[in-house]
Amino acid sequence: MGSREEKSAVNTQQSTVESQSFAGQAVATRDAYGAALAELGKRNEKVVVLDADLSGSTKTAKFAKAFPDRFFNMGISEQDMIGTAGGLSLTGKIPFASTFAIFETGRAWEQIRQTICYSSLNVKLVATHSGITVGEDGASHQALEDVALMRVLPQMVVIVPSDGFETKQVIDTVADYEGPVYVRLGRAKVPAVMPADYKFRIGKAYKFNIGRDVNIIANGIMVSAALQARELLSKEGIDAGVINMSTVKPLDTEILLEAAKISKLIVTAEEHSIIGGLGSAVSEFLSENHPISIKRIGTRDTFGGSGKPDELLKLYGLTAEDIVKTVTEFMRK
Amino acid sequence: MATVTQSRDIEFLKKQARTVRIEILKMLAQAGSGHTGGSLSAADIVTALYFYKMRHRPDNPKWPERDRFILSKGHAAPLLYTVLALTGYFDKSLLNTLRKTGSPLQGHPSSKMLHGVEVSTGSLGQGLSIANGMALGLRLDKSPARVYCLLGDGEIQEGQVWEAAMTAGHYVLDNLCAIVDLNSLQIDGRCEDVMKIDPVAEKWKAFNWHIFEIDGHNMEEIVTALDEAEKIKGKPSAILAKTVKGKGVSIFEGKVEYHGLAPTKEELEIALKELGGNGK
Ligand SMILES: Cc1ncc(C[n+]2csc(CCOP(=O)(O)OP(=O)(O)O)c2C)c(N)n1
Ligand SMILES: [Mg+2]
Repeated sequence: MGSREEKSAVNTQQSTVESQSFAGQAVATRDAYGAALAELGKRNEKVVVLDADLSGSTKTAKFAKAFPDRFFNMGISEQDMIGTAGGLSLTGKIPFASTFAIFETGRAWEQIRQTICYSSLNVKLVATHSGITVGEDGASHQALEDVALMRVLPQMVVIVPSDGFETKQVIDTVADYEGPVYVRLGRAKVPAVMPADYKFRIGKAYKFNIGRDVNIIANGIMVSAALQARELLSKEGIDAGVINMSTVKPLDTEILLEAAKISKLIVTAEEHSIIGGLGSAVSEFLSENHPISIKRIGTRDTFGGSGKPDELLKLYGLTAEDIVKTVTEFMRK
Repeated sequence: MATVTQSRDIEFLKKQARTVRIEILKMLAQAGSGHTGGSLSAADIVTALYFYKMRHRPDNPKWPERDRFILSKGHAAPLLYTVLALTGYFDKSLLNTLRKTGSPLQGHPSSKMLHGVEVSTGSLGQGLSIANGMALGLRLDKSPARVYCLLGDGEIQEGQVWEAAMTAGHYVLDNLCAIVDLNSLQIDGRCEDVMKIDPVAEKWKAFNWHIFEIDGHNMEEIVTALDEAEKIKGKPSAILAKTVKGKGVSIFEGKVEYHGLAPTKEELEIALKELGGNGK
């Protein structure tokens, strides 16, 4: 549609966006998002991006710089941002709308319900600053309820990537998927956990291994904690498995059943309230289909608080040691 | 299915508006519930859009170059369904299924269930944001299509409307036209008593909109405003249409209780007599 001049302008911009897979790299998932989005913008002209005055933090600024015509800063108005994203999708665009997780899912929840989900619009809600690892900003900025809020909505797909490598693939994948998606990202740098040959698919969990005693179903930053816990448990003679359930909805029930049938205990681990998130999703499914003992690691009906991310993870019981303790206490009984 | 006959002829449009009112009342009476007052107050405006102003193809509802209409005040669904049926999007007999279990004619419009409905509405305050997004997307595609969005006057008490008003001004969406149905009433009473919205015109102006103030039941004024709005460049346009809730039927006019009451059989008879038609 554009003139030749516009085309060449786009091409020169493209060269500034390099390709990065983030395999094996410790990086904040929001940074992987920013890079993936800018790259996606180069490949797919339909991609447009909206932000609510947080583009520097959500990392959509990278896309904004490369493709200013396809970036819309909506100002501090999350509800309007969601509706505008919906309208853009109705003209065939693929809108990515970003802000902090609590403002995206909390402030604009009913807009997401009515406009995006009920009309089944092709909008990608990619929120950063989820969980307590937001750190010093404290409770007002730490979404511990967002997965619950999004999971309850019909049509919505909910994805919580574990590292930068997975995030990059999630972003590429959801751009090609038709329908509403919520992607939950974080602020803090996280270790790389996914192997280099990993391929993300919506609704497909990744099985590191299946344990005979216990299987830990984790997502987001808790995958790394689960892997550490596995090592610690093996020293105590407990055979633990780890599954990355990055898609919370639709849940990979096949892997869940496989894990539940083989072990005595299922542990869920997430940087989210134990009410309504991954732990609830797993419990709901297993209690109806293969009742088994379940322990949920997550925040416990509480708000977050200020502090250093590592200290907060300890304070709120979200470490490998917390997983180990939960498992060993159960085994002792 | 026939494509729509459109004309700027005022007598033609007035006749269509009368038919639209008759169909609205018949479908509401048949359904036994639904929103009478706000469907009637906007009937002339929406008739002018579908029977004159908007470029649309009822036999091809997804035609990319079509003008878009967003019914932000989704409770006026009977009005939208009527103009869609009368312009040929679906068979008129479907109007009898309004609000019935399984019907595509849901209590509030559902885009997944009915062709011609651009997006689902019913929760007030959201339509203008959606219209903005469409206007932005169409502009990116260099499309000639325009976007129309109908809001209620009670509805503009919603904060999101003003977020969207700010956005349309900021992004200079001159392919967008908002229409506010100023019928002075909401559910709990007069807007003036529930939550003052005045001065309305100054508000839109302050958000960098070009405004038209018209009599929303004067067909000549309506079509003139719609024509003029199309010529305004560098600003979004808002048509502030003074209307009467329940317009066209004396027993409903200006009556707050008929916001959400459907006509009874007896009321329907009175109404049809007044509108000069048995509906055929
Ligand atoms: C967000 C939201 N809150 C409340 C309602 C309930 N409701 C339906 S119509 C209405 C009054 C609307 O008044 P107005 O916008 O003036 O519409 P009109 O008079 O044109 O019918 C209300 C409060 C709603 N549909 N959505
Ligand atoms: Mg009103």
